[in-house]
Amino acid sequence: MAKLPDDARASSIRAIRTSAAREIRITARELRTTAARVIRLLPRTTHGPLETQAKHPFWVIVSKEMADHIRSWRFIILLALIALTCFGSLYTALNSIGTPKAVGTRGNASFFFLQLFTATDGTLPSFTVFLNFLGPLLGIAMGFDAVNSELNRGTLSRLLSQPIHRDYLLNAKCIASLLVIAGLFLALTLVTTGLGLLVIGIPPTPAEFLRLLAFTLLTVIYVGFWLNIAILFSVRFRQPATSALTAIAVWLFLTVFYPILIRLVAKAFAPDTASMAMFGPSISGSERTVLDLLRFAPGQLYSDATTTLLMPVVRSLGPLSMDQVAGAIPNPLPVGESIIIVWPQLTGLIAAATACFALSYRSFMRKEIRPR
Amino acid sequence: MNEPMIRITALGKRYGELKAVDNLDLTIDKGEVFGLLGPNGAGKSTTILMLLGLTEPSQGAVRVCGFDPTRQPLEVKKRVGYLPDDVGFYDDRSGLENLLFTAQLNRIPKAEALRRAAQLLDQVGLTADAQKRAGAYSRGMRQRLGLADVLIKNPPIIILDEPTLGIDPQGVREFLDLIVRLSKEQGITVLLSSHHLHQVQQVCDRVGLFVAGRLIADGNIDALSTKLFALEPFMVEAGVSTLDQHDIDSLTELFRQIPEVRSVSHTGEIFRIACTRDQTSAVARTVVTHGYSLNLLQKKRYGLDEIYHRYFENGGTYGKTA
Repeated sequence: MAKLPDDARASSIRAIRTSAAREIRITARELRTTAARVIRLLPRTTHGPLETQAKHPFWVIVSKEMADHIRSWRFIILLALIALTCFGSLYTALNSIGTPKAVGTRGNASFFFLQLFTATDGTLPSFTVFLNFLGPLLGIAMGFDAVNSELNRGTLSRLLSQPIHRDYLLNAKCIASLLVIAGLFLALTLVTTGLGLLVIGIPPTPAEFLRLLAFTLLTVIYVGFWLNIAILFSVRFRQPATSALTAIAVWLFLTVFYPILIRLVAKAFAPDTASMAMFGPSISGSERTVLDLLRFAPGQLYSDATTTLLMPVVRSLGPLSMDQVAGAIPNPLPVGESIIIVWPQLTGLIAAATACFALSYRSFMRKEIRPR
Repeated sequence: MNEPMIRITALGKRYGELKAVDNLDLTIDKGEVFGLLGPNGAGKSTTILMLLGLTEPSQGAVRVCGFDPTRQPLEVKKRVGYLPDDVGFYDDRSGLENLLFTAQLNRIPKAEALRRAAQLLDQVGLTADAQKRAGAYSRGMRQRLGLADVLIKNPPIIILDEPTLGIDPQGVREFLDLIVRLSKEQGITVLLSSHHLHQVQQVCDRVGLFVAGRLIADGNIDALSTKLFALEPFMVEAGVSTLDQHDIDSLTELFRQIPEVRSVSHTGEIFRIACTRDQTSAVARTVVTHGYSLNLLQKKRYGLDEIYHRYFENGGTYGKTA
């Protein structure tokens, strides 16, 4: 009697095993076919054995766009501007690091290197604050005439009468600008790191280096968001001047007026000091709401995220109650934890950029392309 | 091989209330040079955009080499070269670079592209300016570069939208000659839109008269004139010297009495007599027997000019298109 259940169990286990193995095999096969399908869909550099020399048209447009960006005066001027501010803030950072006050306080000493990007002696804002301000300008400058200038120059109808899909143009413009931006910020971060290394003589730890890379990626995404807004306006508006102005207006509103507006409204609705003393927890609630509202501005998301990434001691982006802080040791967080804290910010930025791109895609695909 | 290069059936395009193209039927065969003739705003450009899939038709069907431009735009764009009326180039690149860019978009390998670009630049007479920035090109040069740009992918069909707009007369002649030569040498089908009658008359095998979104007639020039001037296909011009007003009036009356004459008009000493049969000799006889001296007599065939004016002077339905 006792044997049968054992047998039954063994056979059922075997059955489960074989079915599981089959499942895995099927899933593997599905994955393989899906991957093959995806790879087939991707624009390829070569197309068949006969045309090995010819680049895929998509990459032809990308490389042309990149060359256009790099040659353009607009880009060179912005590059000079950003490089200048970068070195300016590096200089002030070094000044402030030189004073003994900055070193050793708040447990930041072990992340000495990161202070190059965040510290300031008060004469100039820090590197990250500068980027928060100038990054959007770069994005807007690279995208505001992406489509409408082609339309006005009469090159769009010529381009689209070539055998390429219509979305290649939009995708290629976006990718090319992102690649240029990524290259620029990677170079800038590395140059700053190198200069800092020369001056202070302490090499960054691997954790610091990872944080710097994450910071670069974040900056690229942030600028990418503004790039996509600008591209959207360049599809919607026929005049480059209109789209540039609109993009700048959105930028000004979100960076300057939106926070003021939110704070004004919050002030009107905030509980007065008497009730504040009585209902402690609800204040933190209203504070949180204000912060959440502020985070609709991409600049706020960016500054939250950079703060967390470059100041490892920051462990929360909202207000903390005394209970939460009690017993916490003011130790820096590991890289992974910091990234988990900024994950919502990162996702928000990517989502906003994608939404803008989707909108411009939608209006571009159905657009009638008339010659001038 | 019986499939025409371009087949348009019951094509229509509306913008709100406005019918830009209305129930258009047209076929163009291989190797033909077809002229789409019509005033501004007649729907020529819209038709061309629909042929390329750059805008969607509201109704009807288009087939280019058997492909539907809306569904299979790449197949169509591989085979059709399109020169817009004011073609634009990347101004900060040289003419040659612009050509090579187009070649690359068509997946032509680099070496082949260079060879073809050099050959085409030579054909359109731009070899000397190949390295110059396209922004520094004159209008005529840009148009010729545009033709080279269209031809670099070796298309069986080329579509030219107002290709001669803004070029000086000499340039126009050379440009049109070039197109005709290419068409004849390489068997390229050409669709050319224009509102310049003489140019169309000069180069096209067949002409379609396009007014207010409709094709009112098509055929070669002779067919068009017999079709449109069925009532008075002949025009006789007679010059009579030293006339006063009385003579003019009496001569006009005399001409009217000739059988088959439909109308008589005059400018100065030149009379224009429209008739349904060739009455040249009767006109001459009338002048001479009444003692006037005839110093000019010619039989005029209707050209596109007359055809064109006819349709725009018709007023009413056709007149308000531009």
